[in-house]
Amino acid sequence: MIRTAAAVLRKDLRIEWRTKEAVPAMALFTVTVYVLFHFGLDRDSLDGELASGVLWVTLLLAAVIGVTRLFAAEREQGGLDAFLLAPVDRTALFVAKAAALFVYLVALEIVAVPAFAVLLLGPNLFDGLPELILILLLADVGLAAVGALVSALASETRARELIVPLLLLPLVVPLLIGAASATEPLFRAGGDPEDLGRYLALLGGYDLVFLLIALAVFDFLLDD
Amino acid sequence: MGAVFSKGLRPVATAAAVTTLAGFALVFFYAPLDADQGFVQKIFYVHVPMAIVALGGFVAGGIMAIRHLRTGDSSWDMRSYVAIHLSIILGTGVLITGAIWAKASWGHWWVWDEPVLVSFLIVFLLYCVYYPLRFSIEDPERQARYSSVFAIAAGAFVPINFTAVRLAEAVTHPRVLSQTGGSLPGEMRFTFLVCLLAMVLLFVTLWKLELTSKRASMQLKRLRTRLELRAETAG
Repeated sequence: MIRTAAAVLRKDLRIEWRTKEAVPAMALFTVTVYVLFHFGLDRDSLDGELASGVLWVTLLLAAVIGVTRLFAAEREQGGLDAFLLAPVDRTALFVAKAAALFVYLVALEIVAVPAFAVLLLGPNLFDGLPELILILLLADVGLAAVGALVSALASETRARELIVPLLLLPLVVPLLIGAASATEPLFRAGGDPEDLGRYLALLGGYDLVFLLIALAVFDFLLDD
Repeated sequence: MGAVFSKGLRPVATAAAVTTLAGFALVFFYAPLDADQGFVQKIFYVHVPMAIVALGGFVAGGIMAIRHLRTGDSSWDMRSYVAIHLSIILGTGVLITGAIWAKASWGHWWVWDEPVLVSFLIVFLLYCVYYPLRFSIEDPERQARYSSVFAIAAGAFVPINFTAVRLAEAVTHPRVLSQTGGSLPGEMRFTFLVCLLAMVLLFVTLWKLELTSKRASMQLKRLRTRLELRAETAG
Protein backbone atom coordinates (compact mmCIF):
# COMPACT_ATOMS: atom_id res chain seq x y z
CA MET A 1 0.00 0.00 0.00
CA ILE A 2 2.82 2.39 0.90
CA ARG A 3 4.44 1.79 -2.49
CA THR A 4 1.19 2.46 -4.36
CA ALA A 5 0.57 5.60 -2.32
CA ALA A 6 4.12 6.78 -2.98
CA ALA A 7 3.68 6.21 -6.72
CA VAL A 8 0.44 8.20 -6.84
CA LEU A 9 1.98 10.93 -4.69
CA ARG A 10 5.01 11.17 -7.01
CA LYS A 11 2.68 11.48 -9.98
CA ASP A 12 0.64 14.22 -8.30
CA LEU A 13 3.69 16.20 -7.24
CA ARG A 14 5.23 15.90 -10.71
CA ILE A 15 2.01 17.17 -12.32
CA GLU A 16 1.90 20.04 -9.84
CA TRP A 17 5.57 20.82 -10.50
CA ARG A 18 4.99 20.99 -14.25
CA THR A 19 1.58 22.68 -14.44
CA LYS A 20 1.95 24.84 -11.30
CA GLU A 21 -1.78 24.79 -10.88
CA ALA A 22 -2.56 24.75 -7.16
CA VAL A 23 0.26 26.09 -5.00
CA PRO A 24 1.00 29.35 -6.90
CA ALA A 25 -2.73 30.10 -7.00
CA MET A 26 -3.01 29.49 -3.26
CA ALA A 27 0.02 31.71 -2.53
CA LEU A 28 -1.28 34.49 -4.73
CA PHE A 29 -4.65 34.21 -3.00
CA THR A 30 -3.15 34.60 0.48
CA VAL A 31 -1.21 37.74 -0.47
CA THR A 32 -4.36 39.21 -2.02
CA VAL A 33 -6.31 38.48 1.16
CA TYR A 34 -3.58 40.20 3.25
CA VAL A 35 -4.09 43.30 1.11
CA LEU A 36 -7.84 43.03 1.62
CA PHE A 37 -7.36 42.76 5.38
CA HIS A 38 -5.02 45.75 5.37
CA PHE A 39 -7.71 47.93 3.83
CA GLY A 40 -10.65 46.21 5.47
CA LEU A 41 -9.21 46.66 8.97
CA ASP A 42 -7.38 49.87 8.06
CA ARG A 43 -4.32 48.74 9.99
CA ASP A 44 -0.66 48.75 8.95
CA SER A 45 0.47 46.11 11.40
CA LEU A 46 -1.32 43.52 13.46
CA ASP A 47 -0.45 41.71 16.65
CA GLY A 48 -1.93 39.30 19.18
CA GLU A 49 -5.24 37.64 18.46
CA LEU A 50 -6.01 39.84 15.44
CA ALA A 51 -2.75 38.78 13.75
CA SER A 52 -3.24 35.12 14.54
CA GLY A 53 -6.89 35.22 13.40
CA VAL A 54 -6.06 36.91 10.10
CA LEU A 55 -3.23 34.48 9.37
CA TRP A 56 -5.28 31.36 10.12
CA VAL A 57 -8.47 32.41 8.37
CA THR A 58 -6.42 33.30 5.29
CA LEU A 59 -4.59 29.96 5.33
CA LEU A 60 -7.85 28.01 5.69
CA LEU A 61 -9.49 29.90 2.83
CA ALA A 62 -6.41 29.25 0.69
CA ALA A 63 -6.63 25.56 1.57
CA VAL A 64 -10.12 25.51 0.02
CA ILE A 65 -8.51 26.15 -3.38
CA GLY A 66 -6.16 23.20 -2.99
CA VAL A 67 -8.96 20.91 -1.79
CA THR A 68 -11.20 21.83 -4.73
CA ARG A 69 -8.47 20.88 -7.20
CA LEU A 70 -7.32 17.71 -5.44
CA PHE A 71 -9.56 15.17 -7.19
CA ALA A 72 -10.59 17.28 -10.18
CA ALA A 73 -7.98 15.95 -12.60
CA GLU A 74 -8.64 12.32 -11.63
CA ARG A 75 -12.35 12.62 -12.38
CA GLU A 76 -12.04 14.70 -15.52
CA GLN A 77 -9.34 12.65 -17.19
CA GLY A 78 -10.36 9.18 -16.06
CA GLY A 79 -7.37 8.58 -13.78
CA LEU A 80 -9.75 7.22 -11.17
CA ASP A 81 -11.10 4.49 -13.44
CA ALA A 82 -7.58 3.36 -14.18
CA PHE A 83 -6.79 3.32 -10.48
CA LEU A 84 -9.89 1.25 -9.71
CA LEU A 85 -8.92 -1.28 -12.38
CA ALA A 86 -5.48 -1.75 -10.88
CA PRO A 87 -5.16 -4.53 -8.26
CA VAL A 88 -4.09 -2.20 -5.46
CA ASP A 89 -5.42 -1.17 -2.08
CA ARG A 90 -7.85 1.70 -2.51
CA THR A 91 -6.92 3.35 0.75
CA ALA A 92 -3.58 4.11 -0.92
CA LEU A 93 -5.33 6.75 -3.00
CA PHE A 94 -6.50 8.54 0.14
CA VAL A 95 -3.02 8.39 1.69
CA ALA A 96 -1.48 9.76 -1.51
CA LYS A 97 -4.01 12.57 -1.87
CA ALA A 98 -3.74 13.60 1.78
CA ALA A 99 0.06 13.54 1.51
CA ALA A 100 -0.07 15.65 -1.66
CA LEU A 101 -2.33 18.17 0.06
CA PHE A 102 0.04 18.23 3.04
CA VAL A 103 2.97 19.02 0.74
CA TYR A 104 0.96 21.77 -1.00
CA LEU A 105 0.08 23.32 2.36
CA VAL A 106 3.66 23.26 3.60
CA ALA A 107 4.82 24.81 0.31
CA LEU A 108 2.09 27.43 0.62
CA GLU A 109 3.09 28.31 4.18
CA ILE A 110 6.76 28.69 3.24
CA VAL A 111 5.58 31.62 1.11
CA ALA A 112 2.49 32.80 3.01
CA VAL A 113 3.91 33.04 6.54
CA PRO A 114 6.97 35.15 5.62
CA ALA A 115 4.73 37.28 3.42
CA PHE A 116 2.45 37.81 6.41
CA ALA A 117 5.43 38.78 8.58
CA VAL A 118 6.57 41.33 6.00
CA LEU A 119 3.18 42.80 5.14
CA LEU A 120 1.11 42.76 8.30
CA LEU A 121 2.76 41.29 11.38
CA GLY A 122 3.92 43.81 14.00
CA PRO A 123 6.10 41.73 16.38
CA ASN A 124 9.14 39.81 15.22
CA LEU A 125 8.26 36.47 13.62
CA PHE A 126 11.48 34.76 14.75
CA ASP A 127 10.70 35.03 18.46
CA GLY A 128 8.25 32.15 18.42
CA LEU A 129 9.22 30.47 15.17
CA PRO A 130 9.85 26.89 16.45
CA GLU A 131 6.47 26.83 18.19
CA LEU A 132 4.75 28.32 15.14
CA ILE A 133 6.27 25.66 12.85
CA LEU A 134 5.02 22.93 15.18
CA ILE A 135 1.50 24.41 15.19
CA LEU A 136 1.52 24.78 11.40
CA LEU A 137 2.61 21.18 10.87
CA LEU A 138 -0.01 19.77 13.25
CA ALA A 139 -2.74 21.85 11.64
CA ASP A 140 -1.58 20.78 8.18
CA VAL A 141 -1.94 17.10 9.05
CA GLY A 142 -5.55 17.58 10.13
CA LEU A 143 -6.31 19.83 7.20
CA ALA A 144 -4.82 17.29 4.79
CA ALA A 145 -6.90 14.43 6.23
CA VAL A 146 -10.18 16.35 6.28
CA GLY A 147 -9.40 18.03 2.95
CA ALA A 148 -8.78 14.77 1.11
CA LEU A 149 -12.01 13.30 2.49
CA VAL A 150 -14.06 16.41 1.61
CA SER A 151 -12.53 16.58 -1.84
CA ALA A 152 -13.48 12.97 -2.54
CA LEU A 153 -16.99 13.51 -1.14
CA ALA A 154 -17.60 16.58 -3.26
CA SER A 155 -16.00 15.28 -6.44
CA GLU A 156 -19.10 13.34 -7.54
CA THR A 157 -21.51 16.22 -7.02
CA ARG A 158 -22.63 18.61 -9.70
CA ALA A 159 -21.62 21.70 -7.71
CA ARG A 160 -18.13 20.78 -6.54
CA GLU A 161 -16.84 24.34 -6.15
CA LEU A 162 -19.85 25.10 -3.96
CA ILE A 163 -19.83 22.03 -1.77
CA VAL A 164 -16.10 22.06 -0.88
CA PRO A 165 -16.00 25.35 1.08
CA LEU A 166 -19.41 24.74 2.68
CA LEU A 167 -18.29 21.33 3.88
CA LEU A 168 -14.67 22.03 4.71
CA LEU A 169 -14.95 25.25 6.67
CA PRO A 170 -17.33 24.09 9.45
CA LEU A 171 -15.32 20.87 9.76
CA VAL A 172 -12.08 22.76 10.41
CA VAL A 173 -13.49 25.09 13.10
CA PRO A 174 -11.91 23.00 15.91
CA LEU A 175 -8.61 23.22 14.01
CA LEU A 176 -8.96 26.98 13.75
CA ILE A 177 -9.73 27.25 17.47
CA GLY A 178 -6.66 25.23 18.42
CA ALA A 179 -4.27 26.82 15.93
CA ALA A 180 -5.36 30.43 16.38
CA SER A 181 -5.39 30.20 20.18
CA ALA A 182 -1.96 28.58 20.21
CA THR A 183 -0.51 31.16 17.80
CA GLU A 184 -1.95 34.22 19.51
CA PRO A 185 0.63 34.54 22.35
CA LEU A 186 3.47 34.03 19.82
CA PHE A 187 2.30 37.14 17.96
CA ARG A 188 2.24 39.31 21.07
CA ALA A 189 5.33 41.39 21.77
CA GLY A 190 7.06 39.80 24.76
CA GLY A 191 4.30 37.25 25.19
CA ASP A 192 5.28 33.74 26.17
CA PRO A 193 3.21 30.75 25.06
CA GLU A 194 0.58 29.91 27.63
CA ASP A 195 -1.60 26.81 27.40
CA LEU A 196 0.40 25.79 24.33
CA GLY A 197 0.33 22.15 25.36
CA ARG A 198 -3.46 22.12 25.68
CA TYR A 199 -4.01 23.48 22.18
CA LEU A 200 -1.35 21.22 20.68
CA ALA A 201 -3.17 18.30 22.30
CA LEU A 202 -6.42 19.51 20.73
CA LEU A 203 -4.75 19.71 17.29
CA GLY A 204 -3.14 16.30 17.73
CA GLY A 205 -6.40 14.70 18.85
CA TYR A 206 -8.26 16.22 15.92
CA ASP A 207 -5.61 14.95 13.49
CA LEU A 208 -5.78 11.45 14.91
CA VAL A 209 -9.58 11.18 14.94
CA PHE A 210 -10.06 12.49 11.41
CA LEU A 211 -7.21 10.41 9.98
CA LEU A 212 -8.83 7.30 11.41
CA ILE A 213 -12.35 8.23 10.24
CA ALA A 214 -11.14 9.12 6.76
CA LEU A 215 -9.16 5.87 6.47
CA ALA A 216 -12.23 3.91 7.59
CA VAL A 217 -14.78 5.43 5.23
CA PHE A 218 -12.72 6.41 2.19
CA ASP A 219 -13.10 3.05 0.45
CA PHE A 220 -16.86 3.55 0.23
CA LEU A 221 -16.38 6.64 -1.91
CA LEU A 222 -14.64 4.61 -4.61
CA ASP A 223 -16.65 1.38 -4.81
CA ASP A 224 -18.05 1.46 -8.29
CA MET B 1 -35.61 -4.09 2.18
CA GLY B 2 -38.93 -5.30 3.52
CA ALA B 3 -38.76 -3.25 6.73
CA VAL B 4 -42.16 -2.08 7.86
CA PHE B 5 -41.68 1.40 9.24
CA SER B 6 -45.27 1.86 10.33
CA LYS B 7 -44.95 -0.94 12.92
CA GLY B 8 -45.65 0.49 16.36
CA LEU B 9 -46.38 3.92 14.99
CA ARG B 10 -49.76 4.20 16.69
CA PRO B 11 -48.67 3.44 20.28
CA VAL B 12 -45.58 5.67 19.93
CA ALA B 13 -47.71 8.50 18.57
CA THR B 14 -50.19 8.13 21.43
CA ALA B 15 -47.40 8.07 24.00
CA ALA B 16 -45.85 11.16 22.39
CA ALA B 17 -49.17 13.04 22.53
CA VAL B 18 -49.78 12.08 26.17
CA THR B 19 -46.28 12.96 27.41
CA THR B 20 -46.23 16.22 25.46
CA LEU B 21 -49.53 17.27 27.05
CA ALA B 22 -48.33 16.14 30.47
CA GLY B 23 -45.06 17.98 29.93
CA PHE B 24 -46.84 21.23 29.09
CA ALA B 25 -49.16 20.85 32.06
CA LEU B 26 -46.18 20.30 34.36
CA VAL B 27 -44.30 23.27 32.89
CA PHE B 28 -47.17 25.66 33.50
CA PHE B 29 -48.78 24.36 36.70
CA TYR B 30 -46.19 22.31 38.57
CA ALA B 31 -42.67 23.56 37.96
CA PRO B 32 -41.78 26.52 40.21
CA LEU B 33 -40.96 29.93 38.75
CA ASP B 34 -37.25 30.54 38.48
CA ALA B 35 -36.24 32.93 41.25
CA ASP B 36 -33.77 34.73 39.04
CA GLN B 37 -35.27 34.76 35.53
CA GLY B 38 -38.97 34.41 36.21
CA PHE B 39 -41.38 33.15 33.58
CA VAL B 40 -38.93 33.31 30.68
CA GLN B 41 -36.95 30.43 32.13
CA LYS B 42 -39.80 28.09 31.11
CA ILE B 43 -38.54 28.15 27.53
CA PHE B 44 -35.79 25.95 28.95
CA TYR B 45 -38.24 23.01 28.92
CA VAL B 46 -38.57 23.25 25.15
CA HIS B 47 -35.13 24.51 24.20
CA VAL B 48 -32.90 22.03 26.01
CA PRO B 49 -34.84 18.82 25.19
CA MET B 50 -34.97 19.96 21.56
CA ALA B 51 -31.19 20.52 21.52
CA ILE B 52 -30.44 17.17 23.14
CA VAL B 53 -32.77 15.30 20.77
CA ALA B 54 -31.37 17.12 17.71
CA LEU B 55 -27.77 16.24 18.64
CA GLY B 56 -28.84 12.69 19.45
CA GLY B 57 -30.56 12.53 16.06
CA PHE B 58 -27.37 13.62 14.28
CA VAL B 59 -25.31 10.97 16.04
CA ALA B 60 -28.04 8.34 15.47
CA GLY B 61 -28.00 9.27 11.77
CA GLY B 62 -24.27 8.53 11.74
CA ILE B 63 -24.78 5.15 13.41
CA MET B 64 -27.52 4.23 10.91
CA ALA B 65 -25.15 5.27 8.14
CA ILE B 66 -22.57 2.82 9.49
CA ARG B 67 -25.24 0.10 9.34
CA HIS B 68 -25.95 1.10 5.75
CA LEU B 69 -22.33 0.87 4.64
CA ARG B 70 -21.87 -2.42 6.47
CA THR B 71 -24.98 -4.18 5.22
CA GLY B 72 -25.53 -2.41 1.91
CA ASP B 73 -29.23 -2.21 2.78
CA SER B 74 -30.49 1.09 1.38
CA SER B 75 -33.35 1.31 3.89
CA TRP B 76 -30.72 2.21 6.51
CA ASP B 77 -29.67 5.14 4.36
CA MET B 78 -33.32 6.22 4.29
CA ARG B 79 -33.46 5.97 8.10
CA SER B 80 -30.27 8.00 8.44
CA TYR B 81 -31.52 10.63 5.99
CA VAL B 82 -34.85 11.09 7.79
CA ALA B 83 -33.13 11.26 11.22
CA ILE B 84 -30.77 13.99 9.99
CA HIS B 85 -33.59 15.79 8.22
CA LEU B 86 -35.72 15.93 11.40
CA SER B 87 -32.71 16.94 13.49
CA ILE B 88 -32.08 19.91 11.21
CA ILE B 89 -35.72 20.99 11.65
CA LEU B 90 -35.36 20.66 15.43
CA GLY B 91 -32.02 22.48 15.19
CA THR B 92 -33.72 25.48 13.61
CA GLY B 93 -36.10 25.47 16.58
CA VAL B 94 -33.16 25.24 19.00
CA LEU B 95 -31.45 28.28 17.49
CA ILE B 96 -34.65 30.33 17.51
CA THR B 97 -35.69 29.44 21.07
CA GLY B 98 -32.07 29.87 22.18
CA ALA B 99 -31.98 33.38 20.72
CA ILE B 100 -35.26 34.30 22.42
CA TRP B 101 -34.01 32.99 25.74
CA ALA B 102 -30.68 34.77 25.38
CA LYS B 103 -32.42 38.04 24.56
CA ALA B 104 -34.72 37.73 27.57
CA SER B 105 -32.18 36.70 30.18
CA TRP B 106 -28.88 38.19 28.95
CA GLY B 107 -30.19 41.08 26.84
CA HIS B 108 -28.62 39.94 23.55
CA TRP B 109 -29.99 37.82 20.72
CA TRP B 110 -26.69 36.03 20.42
CA VAL B 111 -23.98 35.38 23.02
CA TRP B 112 -20.61 34.22 21.72
CA ASP B 113 -19.21 33.23 25.09
CA GLU B 114 -21.75 30.48 25.63
CA PRO B 115 -19.87 27.45 24.24
CA VAL B 116 -22.93 25.21 23.88
CA LEU B 117 -24.71 27.78 21.71
CA VAL B 118 -21.67 28.35 19.49
CA SER B 119 -20.95 24.64 19.10
CA PHE B 120 -24.53 24.03 18.15
CA LEU B 121 -24.40 26.69 15.45
CA ILE B 122 -21.26 25.14 13.90
CA VAL B 123 -22.80 21.66 13.91
CA PHE B 124 -26.01 23.06 12.42
CA LEU B 125 -24.12 24.84 9.63
CA LEU B 126 -22.25 21.65 8.79
CA TYR B 127 -25.42 19.54 8.60
CA CYS B 128 -27.14 22.08 6.38
CA VAL B 129 -24.66 21.00 3.67
CA TYR B 130 -26.18 17.51 3.82
CA TYR B 131 -28.97 18.57 1.44
CA PRO B 132 -26.90 20.14 -1.36
CA LEU B 133 -24.44 17.25 -1.11
CA ARG B 134 -27.10 14.55 -1.23
CA PHE B 135 -29.26 16.04 -3.95
CA SER B 136 -26.48 17.01 -6.32
CA ILE B 137 -25.53 13.36 -6.78
CA GLU B 138 -27.78 11.77 -9.35
CA ASP B 139 -27.04 8.07 -9.19
CA PRO B 140 -29.27 6.78 -6.32
CA GLU B 141 -26.85 4.09 -5.14
CA ARG B 142 -23.92 6.50 -5.07
CA GLN B 143 -26.11 9.16 -3.44
CA ALA B 144 -26.84 6.78 -0.57
CA ARG B 145 -23.18 5.83 -0.14
CA TYR B 146 -21.85 9.41 -0.21
CA SER B 147 -24.58 10.60 2.17
CA SER B 148 -23.65 7.84 4.58
CA VAL B 149 -19.96 8.79 4.48
CA PHE B 150 -20.95 12.38 5.24
CA ALA B 151 -23.26 11.26 8.07
CA ILE B 152 -20.47 9.22 9.70
CA ALA B 153 -17.82 11.96 9.46
CA ALA B 154 -20.24 14.63 10.68
CA GLY B 155 -21.56 12.40 13.48
CA ALA B 156 -18.01 11.96 14.77
CA PHE B 157 -17.44 15.69 14.40
CA VAL B 158 -20.24 16.56 16.87
CA PRO B 159 -18.41 15.54 20.09
CA ILE B 160 -15.01 16.81 18.84
CA ASN B 161 -16.50 20.19 18.07
CA PHE B 162 -18.15 20.50 21.46
CA THR B 163 -14.87 19.66 23.19
CA ALA B 164 -12.91 22.13 21.09
CA VAL B 165 -15.29 25.04 21.62
CA ARG B 166 -15.47 24.30 25.34
CA LEU B 167 -11.68 24.27 25.47
CA ALA B 168 -11.49 27.67 23.81
CA GLU B 169 -13.86 29.22 26.35
CA ALA B 170 -13.30 27.26 29.54
CA VAL B 171 -10.47 29.35 30.99
CA THR B 172 -11.89 32.82 30.59
CA HIS B 173 -15.59 32.09 31.00
CA PRO B 174 -16.76 29.86 33.83
CA ARG B 175 -20.06 28.17 33.06
CA VAL B 176 -22.87 30.35 34.32
CA LEU B 177 -25.68 27.93 33.74
CA SER B 178 -25.59 24.20 33.99
CA GLN B 179 -27.96 22.99 31.32
CA THR B 180 -27.69 19.30 31.98
CA GLY B 181 -30.18 19.37 34.81
CA GLY B 182 -27.53 18.38 37.31
CA SER B 183 -28.12 21.32 39.63
CA LEU B 184 -31.88 21.68 39.22
CA PRO B 185 -34.26 21.42 42.16
CA GLY B 186 -36.39 18.27 42.20
CA GLU B 187 -39.61 19.63 40.71
CA MET B 188 -37.81 21.34 37.85
CA ARG B 189 -35.78 18.26 37.15
CA PHE B 190 -38.87 16.03 37.03
CA THR B 191 -40.61 18.44 34.63
CA PHE B 192 -37.49 18.60 32.51
CA LEU B 193 -37.20 14.82 32.28
CA VAL B 194 -40.87 14.49 31.25
CA CYS B 195 -40.33 17.14 28.56
CA LEU B 196 -37.20 15.37 27.36
CA LEU B 197 -39.09 12.08 27.11
CA ALA B 198 -41.91 13.83 25.22
CA MET B 199 -39.42 15.27 22.74
CA VAL B 200 -37.76 11.89 22.18
CA LEU B 201 -41.15 10.25 21.56
CA LEU B 202 -42.18 13.08 19.25
CA PHE B 203 -38.97 12.61 17.28
CA VAL B 204 -39.49 8.85 16.96
CA THR B 205 -43.11 9.36 15.89
CA LEU B 206 -42.21 11.88 13.21
CA TRP B 207 -39.33 9.69 12.06
CA LYS B 208 -41.56 6.66 11.65
CA LEU B 209 -44.29 8.72 9.99
CA GLU B 210 -41.89 10.24 7.48
CA LEU B 211 -40.35 6.86 6.68
CA THR B 212 -43.80 5.30 6.20
CA SER B 213 -44.90 8.09 3.90
CA LYS B 214 -41.66 7.88 1.91
CA ARG B 215 -42.07 4.14 1.53
CA ALA B 216 -45.72 4.57 0.49
CA SER B 217 -44.95 7.18 -2.15
CA MET B 218 -42.11 5.05 -3.52
CA GLN B 219 -44.47 2.08 -3.84
CA LEU B 220 -47.10 4.27 -5.47
CA LYS B 221 -44.54 5.47 -8.00
CA ARG B 222 -43.54 1.89 -8.80
CA LEU B 223 -47.17 0.84 -9.27
CA ARG B 224 -47.85 3.84 -11.51
CA THR B 225 -44.90 2.97 -13.73
CA ARG B 226 -46.12 -0.59 -14.01
CA LEU B 227 -49.63 0.60 -14.85
CA GLU B 228 -48.30 2.88 -17.57
CA LEU B 229 -46.22 0.06 -19.01
CA ARG B 230 -49.26 -2.19 -19.09
CA ALA B 231 -51.39 0.51 -20.74
CA GLU B 232 -48.68 0.97 -23.39
CA THR B 233 -48.42 -2.71 -24.19
CA ALA B 234 -52.21 -3.01 -24.30
CA GLY B 235 -52.62 0.03 -26.52
